[in-house]
Amino acid sequence: MTPSIQIPADLRLRYLLRLADACLIHAQRQSEWCGHGPIIEEDMALTNMSLDLIGQARAVLTHVGQLSGKGYDEDQLAFLREERDYLNPTLVELPGRKAGRDFADAMLRNLMVATWMHLWWQRLQASGDTEVAAIAGKAVKEARYHREHASDWVIRLGDGSDESARRMRDALARLWPYGTELFAADEADAAAVASGLGPSRADLQPDWTAAMLAVLAEAKLAAPAPSKFVPTGSQGVHSEHLGYMLAEMQYLQRAYPGGKW
Amino acid sequence: MSNTQNEWPLWEVFVRPKAGLDHKHCGSLHAPDPKMALQMAREVYTRRLEGTSVWVVRSDQIVASDPADKDMLFDPAEDKVYRHPTFYELPEAVNHM
Repeated sequence: MTPSIQIPADLRLRYLLRLADACLIHAQRQSEWCGHGPIIEEDMALTNMSLDLIGQARAVLTHVGQLSGKGYDEDQLAFLREERDYLNPTLVELPGRKAGRDFADAMLRNLMVATWMHLWWQRLQASGDTEVAAIAGKAVKEARYHREHASDWVIRLGDGSDESARRMRDALARLWPYGTELFAADEADAAAVASGLGPSRADLQPDWTAAMLAVLAEAKLAAPAPSKFVPTGSQGVHSEHLGYMLAEMQYLQRAYPGGKW
Repeated sequence: MSNTQNEWPLWEVFVRPKAGLDHKHCGSLHAPDPKMALQMAREVYTRRLEGTSVWVVRSDQIVASDPADKDMLFDPAEDKVYRHPTFYELPEAVNHM
């Protein structure tokens, strides 16, 4: 039995875990496409992007481990927390390919997430925390590519055949309401702004919305009405889907504590 | 091969390992258009820091010599050793020509 670890209550750690967990859980969900892409090049693209995200998560989690004062390493942070201690937005944990979601769904989700992360990383390059600024300097290039890749596909599929447009519309109806949470700032954001750690996520919203609407317009897709629904994953209160994912992710570290390869 | 009508066209991929060197042919892939061909070439052929620049060319745009003409075209060069500039004494200053 490998006990779960506890993260000290600290606004700085909360802010950084939201960033790291968005990368980690998005990577895990997106990696379900490994071996299942519509063509081998896309298969590799999705896997490459998931690996970029895991690299980003590793870097931020390692930093969180150092800041925590508890000596946690990236593996402990990635695999030994309780479900409520994961602070990713609900959007990235929603069911993916294994649950029957299609390529349109994966592309739209990646567009929403990558656009958000790209804007966030851009601003984090100016972080007063030099480690975070260095991680951002590397990640911003990756995120920009993810964003371009996803917008390219959303435009192709939205402005493609009747079938591909229908699938994009379905994905949009499913995923769009979850976008509100990406900007649901709280005291951790306020503290990050005050200390110079990073921007408030709320400040990313105007640029994100403008960018998303521009892509949707080019894809000939109607943007759904703004949603009042605000999911709570980044508060640790998740949908029922995260638990199943964590059970799979955590199995190895729980069964073989400290396992390396 | 039964479905060639619906297949995406083939592209040849050339990667330049670093500035100053030539683009080298490294393989091919199927893609619907130039933009995606470039993107896919990046995904497939530059994962391990192989390149700093990528070219893609539609395979059907390449004009190639006929393998059947190989003897005629290339064998005659075999015994023309005097075409290699190895019979000249080069001054030190141009030793790396």
